[in-house]
Amino acid sequence: MTTTNRNKIKRYMESEVAGLSIFLIAVVIAFSLASPNFLTATNLSSMAIQLPELGLLTLAMLIPILSGGLNLSITYTANMSGLALAWTLQAFGGPEAGVEAFILGCALALSVGALSGFVIGVVVAYSKAHPILVSLAMMIFMRGIGEFLSRGKDITGFPQFVQNIGQGDIWGVPIPLLVFIACAVVWHIILSRTRQGFGTYMLGSNIMATAYSGISTKRNLIVLYTLSGLMCAVAGIIMLSRFNSVRVGHGESFLLITVLACFLGAVNPFGGFGRVVPVVLALMILQVLTSGLNILGANQHLSTALWGFFLIAVMVLRWAWWQYSIKRK
Amino acid sequence: MIPVIQFSNVSKTFGGVRALINIDFEVMPGEVHCLAGENGCGKSTLIKIISGVYDPDPGATLTLMGQEYETLSPAQARRVGVGVIWQDHALFPEMSVAENIAIEGFVSSKSKLVRHKKIKDVAQKVCERLGVSFELDALVKTLPIAQRQLIAICRALVSDVRIVFMDEPTASLTQSETKHLLDVVRTLTAENVAVVFVSHRLTEVLEIANRVTVLRDGQKVGVYDASEMTLAKLTEKMTGLTINPAVVDQDLSKNETVLEVKQISRAGEYEDISFSIAQGEVVGITGLLGAGRTELALSLFGMTRPEQGQIYLHGKEVEFKSNLDAISSGVAYVSEDRLSLGLIQDQSIENNLALTVLDKALAFGSLLSFKKKRTIVDHWIEELGVKSGNTSDAISTLSGGNQQKVAIAKWLATNPKLLILDAPTVGVDVGAREGIFEIVRDLAGKGLSILLISDEVSEVYFNSNRVLHMSSGCIQKEYVPARCDISELEDAIYGKAI
Amino acid sequence: MEKLFKTHPIEAWLLIIIVATSAVLSVASTQYLTLVNAFDLLNSISINVIFAVGLLVVLISGGIDISFAVAASVVQYVAFYVLSYLGGGNWFIGFIVAGGLGIVLGAINAGLIHYFRIISIVVTIATFNIFFGLLMFLTRGVYLYDLPDWWTNRIIVFEHEMANGTWAELTLPAVVMFGAILATWLLITYSSIGRQIYAFGDNPEGARRIGINIVAVQFIAYGWMGMMAGIAGLMQAHFVQEIVPNALIGRELDVLAAVVLGGATLGGGRGTVLGCVLGVLLMAIIQNGLNLLGVTPFAFKAIVGVIILLAITLSNVSFVELRAHLRMQKGQ
Repeated sequence: MTTTNRNKIKRYMESEVAGLSIFLIAVVIAFSLASPNFLTATNLSSMAIQLPELGLLTLAMLIPILSGGLNLSITYTANMSGLALAWTLQAFGGPEAGVEAFILGCALALSVGALSGFVIGVVVAYSKAHPILVSLAMMIFMRGIGEFLSRGKDITGFPQFVQNIGQGDIWGVPIPLLVFIACAVVWHIILSRTRQGFGTYMLGSNIMATAYSGISTKRNLIVLYTLSGLMCAVAGIIMLSRFNSVRVGHGESFLLITVLACFLGAVNPFGGFGRVVPVVLALMILQVLTSGLNILGANQHLSTALWGFFLIAVMVLRWAWWQYSIKRK
Repeated sequence: MIPVIQFSNVSKTFGGVRALINIDFEVMPGEVHCLAGENGCGKSTLIKIISGVYDPDPGATLTLMGQEYETLSPAQARRVGVGVIWQDHALFPEMSVAENIAIEGFVSSKSKLVRHKKIKDVAQKVCERLGVSFELDALVKTLPIAQRQLIAICRALVSDVRIVFMDEPTASLTQSETKHLLDVVRTLTAENVAVVFVSHRLTEVLEIANRVTVLRDGQKVGVYDASEMTLAKLTEKMTGLTINPAVVDQDLSKNETVLEVKQISRAGEYEDISFSIAQGEVVGITGLLGAGRTELALSLFGMTRPEQGQIYLHGKEVEFKSNLDAISSGVAYVSEDRLSLGLIQDQSIENNLALTVLDKALAFGSLLSFKKKRTIVDHWIEELGVKSGNTSDAISTLSGGNQQKVAIAKWLATNPKLLILDAPTVGVDVGAREGIFEIVRDLAGKGLSILLISDEVSEVYFNSNRVLHMSSGCIQKEYVPARCDISELEDAIYGKAI
Repeated sequence: MEKLFKTHPIEAWLLIIIVATSAVLSVASTQYLTLVNAFDLLNSISINVIFAVGLLVVLISGGIDISFAVAASVVQYVAFYVLSYLGGGNWFIGFIVAGGLGIVLGAINAGLIHYFRIISIVVTIATFNIFFGLLMFLTRGVYLYDLPDWWTNRIIVFEHEMANGTWAELTLPAVVMFGAILATWLLITYSSIGRQIYAFGDNPEGARRIGINIVAVQFIAYGWMGMMAGIAGLMQAHFVQEIVPNALIGRELDVLAAVVLGGATLGGGRGTVLGCVLGVLLMAIIQNGLNLLGVTPFAFKAIVGVIILLAITLSNVSFVELRAHLRMQKGQ
């Protein structure tokens, strides 16, 4: 890779927001023309309710990818956090549980998520094991312990107000969407405005050089995986309140889609580059595609396949753009 | 006699950068030919074209052994008899010595199977021919760098070669190993094999070469008979500049002692090291690769811990648990390995510069302020005269010299008391090196203590108040440049005449 | 053994752990150390081992493949229709068709990785979604039961009647597993291209410089993985006597964990067939042992997860460094 190319890539990434926005608008227009049901209040609100789950998990995946790693345990960590909340609610009377029980449960859920991330972070930081493997082991563990404790059954029976959180809205904006927006803003601030975030980008590009520069890379790794775990817990809580139940394995298929959303959002697969805003745009594109295809009567599995094609198409286009930019010079 | 290699009109463009411009290059059988030039002049690119790794731009004629080719593949070049010893060795650390030596043979052979017995025989034979011995089953990753160098040489000579390229082959060899290598070169030329030598040890080059081709900025400056060349002339051809150095003649031992090291040791790295650096003093450490110079520096920087002995900063004993402690005590370390340790090549100039001083760029509690960061970056870019277009460009877009300035700047920003410069001119053009040393002298003048580590004897000799010669982990002797000749130091390091 | 420790420490450790675990289990359960149980174990790990040796080759080449398990399901379906088009087929045709289809799917991965310079994890995540999505969409998730008889009839290659009247049986998948192990061992140890796959995974730039055919390395690594996936798919359908579209999904991560436990790394250039097989075997023995000890199956995965986490942590911590570190702290 010559130096001029690197520079070009960077500019290209900056223009990514523009590219993604145009693409988003194009997709929206296409679906609106294809079906009168697309640009309706019902569909818009259903998109707004669906987006946050995948969105929160994608945020949980984003930071590890920026650091040059991956967190494969996100969905099961979210499930386990959801279970922690579910049990707390049940211990306080199930449908009769009060707000205090919910708050306590959320605290426990967040602790479970943070602990899962913390363990991954410690192992990644102190052994030379690859994050893919560490988080894979954590995923198998979380899945196992979750299935063991829940015996593979759905846990249901929560107070009404919990369901209201998942399905209610404030001035017409669904609460899960508000939670997602808040989390995205926090993530944006952490990544662009804190030493932690700065260090994460740097170690994602070159961990040794970052350590030589006096950044405690071990601490940074532990914190970043803990943050990822916390975000999983938020996703777990939202999933519980939206479905009014918890089942281990719920959202399993989101795992690879979160990776897809990150790459579509111009995050560098090797780490070091990527921002929250383009990733959110990528999420919106994926959501529009899903809902649009759904309205047009496409099968859920066909959408899965299309996402795969889409990821390949994005990467091939990038490659083609690269080839073109080298030739043009 | 037909030339082994006759290339004409070779150009190579990467992206928009012209790495080679209309080069003609010719080597005769049995000749020792030297390819000389600064870093980045196109030497490596030329070698990669000859060995088939890169294709040249259209319009070139490549004639090997009288046969003309339009393009070459590595396997083709190999078959014609081109052998290359790469500077980074290009070995396979997880594979055995025997396999590393024999791999090119079975890659280019038609046979679909490998016979491990035969591989060992092949390796054994070439080792005997060169008079070296290895445990052939050992994995290469377990061997020290000098041995890897020899393995790389064995690999290049394993088949019938007509021409061998040696890219900085002596960089990590001791004197006796170098002698041995030069013997090998003589054996090869006696067999009518041509040897192309790429080395920055110019004295060594002039000793052994018949002819010298000089490249500068991707263009050929000329071809000269080695017998007509002198060191000064060659340097001038390479850089286009004349440099008349003078030594630093200043005794600063009365100044306050900043760093004092007492008998520190670390098994397998360095042993019983004692020295001190006064305020404003530049102390040089030189010696061959593997002498323990970098290992010592890493302990002073807190990356490793000495097992015995004490380190004092301003008279106070310090114990660094990590480099974070060292940095907060005022030690800064500019790594020898700028590509992978000194700077984060993919990231921007400003991010690289700000990395060490994020604490100084905070506002609203603990949030980063882009404005403060900008101010710090602009200050240091200006201060050290870094030539850069846009500070948000990747650091890899800068030349070696400007990159090194940023690497120094990011440490100066931490306001250190002791600056350790480890091989600060590696990958920096000869012309730009002077700029780095101007900064060094300027900093020392302002009272900063500097530990200057380099294997270029002349660099430490002309820029240090005192020079320590290190070999096999120990400090052998102290030299004061003002009171001794450079040849005295060189003889001590390389041994008398090759 | 001492020599094994020096040259292959991971394999040696796995062997010791397997022996130790077996010793404990044979004391705890009388059923453990019997020929019946040993053969059952071999029969049950065969499919994972076939996957594992294929994945090993990809990992050695420095890549990763997430798509192989769903690729195996795709092969099952397509092979079913191809075979019925061919009039039913037989084992010979079955192997050719399944292996060939697998190679095609592997070649798709290799082509995307090589020609468009996309990293392997991204490519195989994408093909995972494509294979699975299309399979479920086109088949509508329908199970296939009417497999040809040759495909579903149990083939017992070796049997032995025990004193208590039970039969210890070694079946076809176990034999195919041995074939896959042997073939992969020959490939990566004795073939020129196999050694080149090692070299490429070890040092890609060095490999390019000495003229290793990188296209061939990529296609053979992913093609081998695909072929093994196809054969594993054939065997799995034989084993359960039906074809279920989502029967194998999720297997990829278990196999990956086992192979990595056996000493292969995601960096490439490392890994042996022995280690890979021992990795799968250890996981199976633990599950088998927990089963015999009466532990609920729900707890298996949690325990396996902890073991993998410990294994990769310990195998990646340098004990020499750790000891030196502790010694120094004590000294001060």
